[in-house]
Amino acid sequence: MDRHLLALHRKSGRRRRLYAVALTAPLVIFIMLTFVAPIAMMLARSIQNPEIMTILPTTLTALEGWDGQSIPGEAVFSALAMDLSAAHKARTSAELGTRINRELPGARSKVIATARALATKAQPPYSQTIPAIDAFWASPETWAVIARSASSYTDYYLLAALDLKRDGHGKVVAAPANQAIFLDVFVRTFWISALVTVVTLLLGYPLAYLIASAPPRVGNILLILVLLSFWTSILVRTTAWVVLLQTNGVINDILLFLGLTHERLQLIFSRFGTILAMTQIQLPFTLLPIYSVMRSLSPNLMRAASSLGAGPITAFRRVYLPQTLPGVAAGCLLTFILCLGYYITPALVGGPTDQMVSSYIALYINRELNWGMAAALGGYLLAATLTLYAVYARLVGLGSLKLG
Amino acid sequence: MTTTTRWAALVAGAGLLIAAVPAHAQQQMTITGWGGAYQASQREAYFKPFTEKTGIKVVEEEYNGEVSKVRAMVQSGSVSWDVLDVDSQGAIEGCDQGVFEVLDWDRLGGRDAFLDGSTTDCAVGSVTYSTLFAYNADIFKEGPTRIADLFDVEKFPGKRAFQKTPYVLFELALMADGVPAAEVYDILNTPEGIDRAFAKLDSIKDHVVWWETGEQPVQLLANGEVVMTTAWNGRIFNAIKDGKNFKTVFDGQVLDYNFWVVPKGTKNLDLSYEFLKFAITPEVMATQSRFIAYGPTRTDAKPDIDEFTFSQLPTAPQNNTNSLVQNYQFWGDHGEELRQRFNNWLNQ
Repeated sequence: MDRHLLALHRKSGRRRRLYAVALTAPLVIFIMLTFVAPIAMMLARSIQNPEIMTILPTTLTALEGWDGQSIPGEAVFSALAMDLSAAHKARTSAELGTRINRELPGARSKVIATARALATKAQPPYSQTIPAIDAFWASPETWAVIARSASSYTDYYLLAALDLKRDGHGKVVAAPANQAIFLDVFVRTFWISALVTVVTLLLGYPLAYLIASAPPRVGNILLILVLLSFWTSILVRTTAWVVLLQTNGVINDILLFLGLTHERLQLIFSRFGTILAMTQIQLPFTLLPIYSVMRSLSPNLMRAASSLGAGPITAFRRVYLPQTLPGVAAGCLLTFILCLGYYITPALVGGPTDQMVSSYIALYINRELNWGMAAALGGYLLAATLTLYAVYARLVGLGSLKLG
Repeated sequence: MTTTTRWAALVAGAGLLIAAVPAHAQQQMTITGWGGAYQASQREAYFKPFTEKTGIKVVEEEYNGEVSKVRAMVQSGSVSWDVLDVDSQGAIEGCDQGVFEVLDWDRLGGRDAFLDGSTTDCAVGSVTYSTLFAYNADIFKEGPTRIADLFDVEKFPGKRAFQKTPYVLFELALMADGVPAAEVYDILNTPEGIDRAFAKLDSIKDHVVWWETGEQPVQLLANGEVVMTTAWNGRIFNAIKDGKNFKTVFDGQVLDYNFWVVPKGTKNLDLSYEFLKFAITPEVMATQSRFIAYGPTRTDAKPDIDEFTFSQLPTAPQNNTNSLVQNYQFWGDHGEELRQRFNNWLNQ
């Protein structure tokens, strides 16, 4: 090949690659703008700490070099007086109060009241008058919280989402036992997800086998029955479970009628109900990948196995099962990851000890307006999911994943 | 494409175009409420008469008190709600975080005529309601009459439904434990007081089902899941009107307000003020009690209502004997910490 041809060849290869990039560019840009960027922006909130820095800038400057133990001097207090009366006028004192309140409960109204008093009547020397408005300002702990926020980033939310906090000396310590909650919730989330995954596999594998090996007409009908529930909205299916499981509901009626129980069982608002409803909702997600793999297997292999002398159990264990593993892996991974994010089903059929991480994320987003906390919890959930995915890819290999 | 489908596409396209042209003739605004019986009463008392009087069309939206939705709108600069109804927690937090307009009280005619605590810098009271408890009268012929009975599973066996928040629940627990209404917040302000509330809740925890939206207690009581429930009194009022055999107990009720607020940055600020001015006129405000047993927030609004509605009004003299007014300062300061501890308690 002469040089000229080689150059031509390279050029056309480049052009082809360029075409490929140009063709996928709209999708990539779309995903970046609507998916990756918003998630990244939301997650960034878990470390952002703008409130104290923007509202108390002069105080923070004056506080530089503070020993961390004593009550600061007049210079710091007069800077605080300036910042707080400006905050009162700009109506940002409540925002500041809310931020400090997260680490020092009860601080909110003290900050607002101090700001109001400073804007209206308090006079120098401020190191006397401000602590006189509220003794809160004469506590080193208050100043430690403020001094820690001299940076626009904080680890407060990331620590709090793991039931940790910083004490007055900046050391990381466990949150008080009656405030600790999230480690339990994370463990529970993974436990429920794993349980549901296992149950859907135990139910889904034989069913997938039945559908794949039945005559086409019967198989199609069975498949449609599975898909019908798959196509129904998750909210509708969850509400249907509420009707079935409630104390005066259908299941309890039948159990009583058949004489299997003597009193009504607590089925709804329980772990049992949560697992049951989630299993029903997730079953198609586990089943369909397994089914599609089974469909592609040639029946000749099983025949060959038995003609070579393998009994049905050996043939299944050594020939059939290994070939369906990619489908099993895909189905289980799909169900497990989807389960991690469950929110509405535990909320409606679960009790207070069945709520998963998502419900706390929703709580912090919707009701507490504490998006930093929501971002920290969501970040950990995402990180855990990605880690699992990576471990899985390492152990099983992504090439063996087969969604159909 | 066949000729017919081409024509159909053309017609559909033209239809879309026409629909997309804004109706200049009529002004409109969006008002958001809590849905259910409460929003229905607002529709009759405010939205319809307002449109009739001014010609401004009201588009309704519903939410479940998530101030975060407003916050997201304000932060992204696309505010699509003009007025919304919030509870006191929402009113404090939204105002603190600069999500709501600071109201120009001169434009609204001042705050003097309003009940104490029913106005803030950003919010004007829409109704007085109470959180009380109700029971299924089919089950208890001799029903509970006092707040202590709500926590007494010996005398009144069966499950109870409570709202899944410490807010109001702590107050009820302390009153059931014998604390007089006037001392509830003094006690709650001490660590021992909080422990006492938790201890009282511990005594009943296994008998509790938790509710989150306003219609849930009605459903739980109606389908026999629980025998008693805390609820917003208007929801029970409405269920009784619909023929349910429920009874309300006003002893130990916690009075609270809901508020009108305006999201910061609404494009229809003038319309928002026009609506607020209309909604807080004493005569107009007085009409809402006809549709739901919530009281007005102005002292000069005198509801003209039937006997049954009057019997279910939290502020009616016969009901307002042992009541507590919810203290939003306390919850503003301690809400986040207590909700966290409450969730921790629920988890055990």
